[in-house]
Amino acid sequence: MSRVLFENARLIDPETGTERRGALLVDGTTIREELAEVTEQDRARLSDAQVVDCRGKCLAPGIVDLGVKVCEPGERHKESYRSAGAAAAAGGVTTIVTRPDTLPAIDSPETLEFVARRAQGAAPVNVRPMAALTKGREGREMTEIGFLMDAGAVAFTDCDRVVEDTRVFSRALTYARSLDALVVAHPQDPGLARGAAATSGKFATLRGLPAVPALAERMGLDRDIALLEMTGARYHADQVTTARALPPLERAKANGLDITAGVSIHHLTLNEFDVADYRTFFKVKPPLRSEEDRLAVVEAVASGLIDVISSMHTPQDEESKRLPFEEAASGAVALETLLPAAMRLVHGGALDLPTLWRALSLNPARRLGLPGGRLAKGAPADLVLFDPDAPFVLDRYALQSKSRNTPFDGQRMEGRVLSTWVAGQEVYSR
Amino acid sequence: MSFTDRHLLGIEHLSPAAITEILDLAESYVTLNRGTAKHADALAGLTQVNMFFENSTRTQASFEIAGKRLGADVMNMSMQASSIKKGETLIDTAMTLNAMHPDLLVVRHPHSGAVDLLAQKVNCAVLNAGDGRHEHPTQALLDALTIRRAKGRLHRLSVAICGDIAHSRVARSNILLLNRMESRIRLIGPPTLVPGHFAELGAEIYDDMREGLEGADVVMMLRLQKERMDGGFIPSEREYFHRYGLDPEKLALAKPDAIVMHPGPMNRGVEIDGVLADDINRSVIQEQVEMGVAVRMAAMDLLARNMRAARSPEVMA
Repeated sequence: MSRVLFENARLIDPETGTERRGALLVDGTTIREELAEVTEQDRARLSDAQVVDCRGKCLAPGIVDLGVKVCEPGERHKESYRSAGAAAAAGGVTTIVTRPDTLPAIDSPETLEFVARRAQGAAPVNVRPMAALTKGREGREMTEIGFLMDAGAVAFTDCDRVVEDTRVFSRALTYARSLDALVVAHPQDPGLARGAAATSGKFATLRGLPAVPALAERMGLDRDIALLEMTGARYHADQVTTARALPPLERAKANGLDITAGVSIHHLTLNEFDVADYRTFFKVKPPLRSEEDRLAVVEAVASGLIDVISSMHTPQDEESKRLPFEEAASGAVALETLLPAAMRLVHGGALDLPTLWRALSLNPARRLGLPGGRLAKGAPADLVLFDPDAPFVLDRYALQSKSRNTPFDGQRMEGRVLSTWVAGQEVYSR
Repeated sequence: MSFTDRHLLGIEHLSPAAITEILDLAESYVTLNRGTAKHADALAGLTQVNMFFENSTRTQASFEIAGKRLGADVMNMSMQASSIKKGETLIDTAMTLNAMHPDLLVVRHPHSGAVDLLAQKVNCAVLNAGDGRHEHPTQALLDALTIRRAKGRLHRLSVAICGDIAHSRVARSNILLLNRMESRIRLIGPPTLVPGHFAELGAEIYDDMREGLEGADVVMMLRLQKERMDGGFIPSEREYFHRYGLDPEKLALAKPDAIVMHPGPMNRGVEIDGVLADDINRSVIQEQVEMGVAVRMAAMDLLARNMRAARSPEVMA
């Protein structure tokens, strides 16, 4: 088995919440040991190992990205497993947890197996699929949760569609609980959110855009929390993006419900005013929020109330974005910008690196029962080596994704991935 | 020259000096339009295309007459009936048209921001004739001209705008313009149609019409935009007229010389009493229509001047 020794590294360890200088020895596909210092004896013992000199840069567990859309089946021109895999590797993401909001939806074991076959070999990173919670994501009948789990589904979600019928949702939660399946839901009041393209406020008023009140998120979350009390299911809110949804989340956790929450990188780094003159690359779902909401949510990530940061990678082609704002498709690609965008929070002093990595790798892996996300002995050697300070200007045409709908085009960013390793193999280096 | 923009997309981009410049020029066109030889050559040789993605009779006619009086070759395209139905995107339609070298593009579209998007993709001057709920700059300008002629000024006036503010681009453009000219704006209507966020644009909000009208110099009534409402903003038209329809009794609370405006088309008996609308002592609704042509002539004239200046930079130097 091949061995790799990463030396002179700044190790980012989300499990202990610390960072330290040291070396990491990878043996085969797993992490073998951490060395505070590489002695002459070590060198003799490891003479056959490949040595990677990290030059004092950061070595962290690879990012586990919960909620990536790969457009297979249906819209391979927007993103394939090959292009998404290349983008993930370039972004330091070693596990993509894919969404089932494809055309058709991934709602049967047959479709899931097709997707798994497509992913295998095409993507250099780990691919873990989520499956739809209801057939066709229509909110009427639950999917074959048991069979889908057997086929490899790690969670169940209708993505940005809310299961409006509470009876259907409570039954799905109850059934999922019996299988210990994780349900990922989009907390939002569907009535208030219908047709909305922006968050209610001065900006939406000025631009004349149909808007949803920020409180609609709390209403959706409140409903889901009540259903959790009823059913005891395992639940993850895909995106909590508003200040007023945080107290109910905190209470639900304090009451012992099995609930976690995520947030997209865009809601942590952008606000509603970034839309400016109807820039559709900034149209995401839920819509970007006020600066007060953004700050509250960043703080919730720092405190651990919000568990997971994800890219919510949503490829859209130029045609679906070059439309009047209301008609334009929602979503942004983010696999490759997740790390540098997140570094804004570190450089801004809101988070330290271990805390950031708790939300980027440790928590999502734990929540999904995946072995990665840690630097510990025996953990898979899924690693990212990056320079947290390297500056660059983002050029969207340099992205690996087939779709280039990023809101960060032309922006100055800091933080570059130097190399990405999956199961001890280098899958990307710059 | 204060108005130096390439396009007229909204009031948001206009300075008070630019607004005044457009209105001053419009005054001269009012005189021209009232004469017998209603012709000038400011747009001679230029092609003006009116692209209306939303039904309109009045605005389209106003732009058409304005262009023709200035000597432009005017073409009307009713986009509802054409290629949009065949699945062509807005950008493709614009690019196709752009290839025919129009000079002025007058666009109305049901979605906010659509005209901005189109303006980014074409070489000619674009005039926003109303986009969704966003802006309708020539309407605000013609309202301003009407007010200025009646009141002698645009500052320190109390202007009450009543009705369906939420769905109204006319209201947004008027709020922006009157704010910029330092008048006081009151918005009157049921809270379902006048969301609280309008206060952040610098307006006072009243849900009691009598309170809102007290001491107003100008009363601007808006049409209930039934086509933009999906369900349940008001319980019924009769209750709406009872609480928010303008009748002589409510108007009596405004200043004795307050003028009554309406951008049209009116729903008589829903937002305005028919008798009031026809009262030539109070209502300036017909004058608004007249000012519309003059303002559009002025706006297109200035855009054409800016375009010519941009095309031959040495003349400017």
